Amino acid sequence: MTISWFKYSAPANFYPLAGRMIPWFAGAAVLLTVIGMYIGFVVAPTDATQGEAYRIIFIHVPTAWMAMFGYCVMAGWCAASLIWNTRLSAMMAQALAPTGAMFAFVSLWTGAFWGRPTWGTYWVWDARLTSTLILLFLYLGYMALRAAIDEPRRADRASALLAIVGVINVPIIYFSVKWWNTLHQGATISATAAPKMAHTMLAAMLVMIFAAWFYAIAVTLHRVRSIILEREAHTDWVRALATGAPAGQAGRVGTEASR
Amino acid sequence: MTGMLSMGGYGFYIWCSYGALALAIVVEVWSLRRRRAQALELARMAAEEENP
Repeated sequence: MTISWFKYSAPANFYPLAGRMIPWFAGAAVLLTVIGMYIGFVVAPTDATQGEAYRIIFIHVPTAWMAMFGYCVMAGWCAASLIWNTRLSAMMAQALAPTGAMFAFVSLWTGAFWGRPTWGTYWVWDARLTSTLILLFLYLGYMALRAAIDEPRRADRASALLAIVGVINVPIIYFSVKWWNTLHQGATISATAAPKMAHTMLAAMLVMIFAAWFYAIAVTLHRVRSIILEREAHTDWVRALATGAPAGQAGRVGTEASR
Repeated sequence: MTGMLSMGGYGFYIWCSYGALALAIVVEVWSLRRRRAQALELARMAAEEENP
């Protein structure tokens, strides 16, 4: 049996599929958050040097990673929308941006409230912090540029270019702690070295990272369904859905091109 | 319970961090629900304009 992936690149087909996936991802996010918080606050021991303050790591690292990965995924959807001229790819990028911005903001915020007790300051113009602030501005710039262009397909193309150019910032964030002498500590876990933290602490952080992934997927799918409704509002299937009339009266699924 | 609140003297920093994330999630979920309701309402109005 072959699965027709291109079938689901049509918004009308993807809409119900996304609706079926949301409860699973949302449920996994809630479950993993409960498990992660339990390990992080009940099982994991107090840190020898930082005391309890280190427990901010269980949300700081997952939000920071999601902000960076989310940007890469968003830029990937943007590239796909430019290469194949697919509307759904652009809608996915549009749906991901606010969540990415939220994660970038929370990673900066939690970093500030972790920096104060450990470094003695909420903020320094350190390479890691500054490049993460730029990441937040890239998300906001992408959203502002979209909002400034009325015609959706033009907005897709212009904002996609901005998102793709901005990808250069992600390796700068990642390697900033190696390239520059930063106040921010180096990587806690990496592919080339043993983790520099207790197993229970690491477990809590990894569980929370997966929770952040599933939350981001659930929220993005929910938002993309609203975006599909907004951008396909003129099609028969959306009107049938909104008015409660039986779908497919006209026997076709409209597209933006058929307007 | 007080131990959980004070967190060895770091309670302010820890709960400001977790509180901000919780607030961000609440605001995001609320805005998602509102956006969906608005999108459905707009589609319904557009449909009724055409076939009253």
